[in-house]
Amino acid sequence: MQFNSKVLSGRRNVIITIFVLVGLVFVVRLFTLQVTDQHYKQLADNNALRFITQYPARGMVFDRNGKLMVYNEAVYDLLVVPRQVKAMDTLEFCNLIKISKETFIEKLEKAKTYSKVKASPFVSQISKEDYAKTSEVLFKFPGFYFQTRTIRHYPSSIAAHTLGDIGEVDQKQIDEDPYYALGDYIGKSGIEKSYETDLRGIKGLKVVMVDVHNREMGSFREGELDKDPQAGRDIYLGLDADLQAYGEKLMQGKIGSIVAIEPATGQILAFVSSPTYDPNLLVGRERGKNFNNLLKDPMKPLINRAVNGTYPPGSTFKMVIGLIALESGSITPGTIFHCNGPGTLPIKCTHHHGGSPDLANAIENSCNPYFYEAFKATINNSKFGDIKKGYDYWHDMTYKMGLGHKFDTDIPYEQNGNIPSRSYYDKFYNKRWNSLTIRSLGIGQGEVLITPLQLANIAATIANEGFYYPPHLIRAFGDSTAIPDNMRQRMETGIAQKHFKVIKNGMRNVVEGAHGTARRYKIDSISAGGKTGTAQNPHGKDHSIFIAFAPVENPQIAISVIIENGGFGATWAVPIASLMLEKYIRGFTKRPELEQRMMEGVVTYKEER
Amino acid sequence: MTDNRNHIIGKVDWPLLLIYFALALIGWFSVFSAKYDEMHPHIFDLSQVYGKQLLWIGASMFVAFLILLIDAKFFNAFAFWIYCIILFGLVAVLAYGTATKGATSWINLGGGMKLQPSEFAKLGTALAVANYLGRLNVDLGKRKTRIATYAIILLPMALVFLQNDTGSAIVFVSFLFVLYREGFPGSGLTMLLGVLAVVLFVLTLIWSQQTMYIIIAALFALTMTFHLIGKRRYWMRIVVIYSCMAAFVFSVHFAFFKVLQQHQRTRIEVMLGMKDDPHGAGYNLHQSKIAIGSGGLWGKGFLQGTQTKYDFVPEQHTDFIFCTVGEEGGFKGTFVVVLLYVALLVRIVTLAERQRSAFSRIYGYAIAGIFFVHFAINIGMTIGLVPVIGIPLPFLSYGGSSLLAFTIMLAIFVKQDANRLNIL
Ligand SMILES: [Zn+2]
Repeated sequence: MQFNSKVLSGRRNVIITIFVLVGLVFVVRLFTLQVTDQHYKQLADNNALRFITQYPARGMVFDRNGKLMVYNEAVYDLLVVPRQVKAMDTLEFCNLIKISKETFIEKLEKAKTYSKVKASPFVSQISKEDYAKTSEVLFKFPGFYFQTRTIRHYPSSIAAHTLGDIGEVDQKQIDEDPYYALGDYIGKSGIEKSYETDLRGIKGLKVVMVDVHNREMGSFREGELDKDPQAGRDIYLGLDADLQAYGEKLMQGKIGSIVAIEPATGQILAFVSSPTYDPNLLVGRERGKNFNNLLKDPMKPLINRAVNGTYPPGSTFKMVIGLIALESGSITPGTIFHCNGPGTLPIKCTHHHGGSPDLANAIENSCNPYFYEAFKATINNSKFGDIKKGYDYWHDMTYKMGLGHKFDTDIPYEQNGNIPSRSYYDKFYNKRWNSLTIRSLGIGQGEVLITPLQLANIAATIANEGFYYPPHLIRAFGDSTAIPDNMRQRMETGIAQKHFKVIKNGMRNVVEGAHGTARRYKIDSISAGGKTGTAQNPHGKDHSIFIAFAPVENPQIAISVIIENGGFGATWAVPIASLMLEKYIRGFTKRPELEQRMMEGVVTYKEER
Repeated sequence: MTDNRNHIIGKVDWPLLLIYFALALIGWFSVFSAKYDEMHPHIFDLSQVYGKQLLWIGASMFVAFLILLIDAKFFNAFAFWIYCIILFGLVAVLAYGTATKGATSWINLGGGMKLQPSEFAKLGTALAVANYLGRLNVDLGKRKTRIATYAIILLPMALVFLQNDTGSAIVFVSFLFVLYREGFPGSGLTMLLGVLAVVLFVLTLIWSQQTMYIIIAALFALTMTFHLIGKRRYWMRIVVIYSCMAAFVFSVHFAFFKVLQQHQRTRIEVMLGMKDDPHGAGYNLHQSKIAIGSGGLWGKGFLQGTQTKYDFVPEQHTDFIFCTVGEEGGFKGTFVVVLLYVALLVRIVTLAERQRSAFSRIYGYAIAGIFFVHFAINIGMTIGLVPVIGIPLPFLSYGGSSLLAFTIMLAIFVKQDANRLNIL
């Protein structure tokens, strides 16, 4: 079969006809589909998607004995997808959710600026009653829907600073971490902040189809895009809720802090900063208002003084001086320095203990001249060559004892405190300084600053005879995940264990000895060691300080107590610490009168200028 | 050289190129709209597919420009080599390719660049067929010639099929147009039989095997009756034809239930309206029809589509790009796109007929056929006239390989056409 070229050329018409015919079929089909058939327009209207964030339950928080400290309560947020909003009875809607029409318009505009197709929070934390009323008629208001989530609740209203709070993420946090979206909550302080990623869990997602009547029509693509939320981890704290509550009661009417540590682990048993506040205030719709009130309060209850306050340690610094002097070989326990009472030079003694004390005596009697001499002997020790090198050694040792730096565990807003460096003195005194120039260091005054947490850690280190675990709040995760390594790492001070015996003896005598500054508050049948301190306060009455540990043989608790403007250590800090030790070890106290006097005692804050 | 270039600008067929530019532009905006993301609202954002599509458009046009500069004889001269290289690429994909959506058709070039040799296989085959049939000494009457031609077409088709890329393999059927135009013996009959086969295929599945046998038997009886009344005796042929039909029905039934996999079977069933399944296999089609149908006469407006925006339609920036056109552009938009394609096809065929060289003419028909099959299958599937077969809509769908391949195909033809007067 052969065709001539004319016939073949004519076949182009057949082919063109096929092309045009197919095009025509398409056009006709498209016309019926798009113009004459209204069915698909209705289907499209019913084809709105709703992306519902599935908020996981935030992890709960328990104390060391399994007592619940933080749990969740359901609340309802009203969300809006601006593009899906249709004409509706705005007035009825506003009345239902109790907002004005102006607020309604303003909120809708705000949502539109965020996104027209993505949901944004319209009204947060709607009460159960309003939720019930509104959800019944929500079908009249396309584009709006409810989302359940939880807020925190604190059954015993204690430990506000430790537990912290959660609040809505700000734009900066959203930009930094794509996990967060507008309206999400994030830990703002306390363990809510330090363990945010553990507590929050992982958000889930549910995509559902919504029809024109704002009804959910089932999941989209058979749930192919859905993701179940993963609940957050529970946390067990080292905190003892009873001890914490007791400490907060004792601190009523006073400004200051109590930090109690379990020496064997570094876990914090009590973490009191006074004045405090009810953590339930920072939850729910009133959060913003309450937060501002607390912020404006002149007593600054939001500040966690246990880590954010820094104080001159006063006489509580004497153990640090003594230990470094012993370790460097500058003194021995038997070394005697002369004390002339208040007439001693260049630093006077605040006590009349008579004669020349040895180390243990000097601690019991809080002899200033002794520790000045011990400090001087350390930094002038000939083995270092010169005072600069001696001072560097001394500075290093204080660092190893946990001073002058943060522990960086899980406690937000820690302060470094201050142990002045050699270069600081070089600069300040133009390189001409000696032990006399910096003599106030030897008695814990001057530039040296310590946080109550560091102070409690010194007590724990002495109780442990030479090492500590960085103080931290967590004891364990609910799912047995290991707690971070740095909290389980034993920190060595580099001071030999043998040197602690004499220090401990001295501290025991402070509480139990005939001349001890804390002897009035000896605990019946429980041995304890401690040291009082008075931190000079240029603005008013001195701060009252006490550090202690108990029982001496097998320390279970180490503590620091600071009462601002409390005067001598023995006035407020000692009895409060003593009650705390007894309460923790015995479970109750045998001194109800003292307890009552302390709880009712008010140390007024007077600024003297 | 400068002289030559000036010549080229004057001689190229601008209507064809303008249609091309229009389609590529509509494609770019549709991809932008389909993948629009509020976080990246800029159409030039290179981190997004629409920015990448622009890069591909730029690259394709650059390559097209280079092709216009190359000597027109090059493509005829090297057609065979290009074909061989592409065959090699197809084999390489089978050996080293990466699988996407069930088809192993990608070659990783590294740096996030992927190439799909099957897109270029059509081009290579078009060149090879044009080269072979365009030879002066070729004699279609010889069996050897016919076998060679079928081999040239079927070899790449088989390789593409082996990649599990059934859609692209089907496109090779488009070469029937070329064979028909060149007077290939039996090609007209093949097309006729093809239509008959499709009808039988569909009816066998819609009605049942038994019904079909009864109908064939009835038709046979009827034909024989008329035949016996008539004068000429072709009864042997009639028996053979009806036996073939019955055998075909049997094999369709067998193939459908024994050879095809479940998902392919459901696809066909849904397409034929035997199953109404808006959430399962019919989901794509259902959503696609909703998107296009909701566009109305004038469309919802650029970036205003709700169906395509919300990812109701899967693959909406690649195979289902026509949904975006339909939803946002409405009937006005879809009409323009269909019109542009028909104009493109008619223009290519018209230009092909005015070629002096057989190579150019045959090549023109080859690419017209390829564009036509893509156009017919892709748009047909989005509006429910053809089963869902994943092949792109030329120049509109997102995808670097397909855009580049289609552009090159067209550019070579434009070059041949511009050069037609130089051929004696
Ligand atoms: Zn003294």
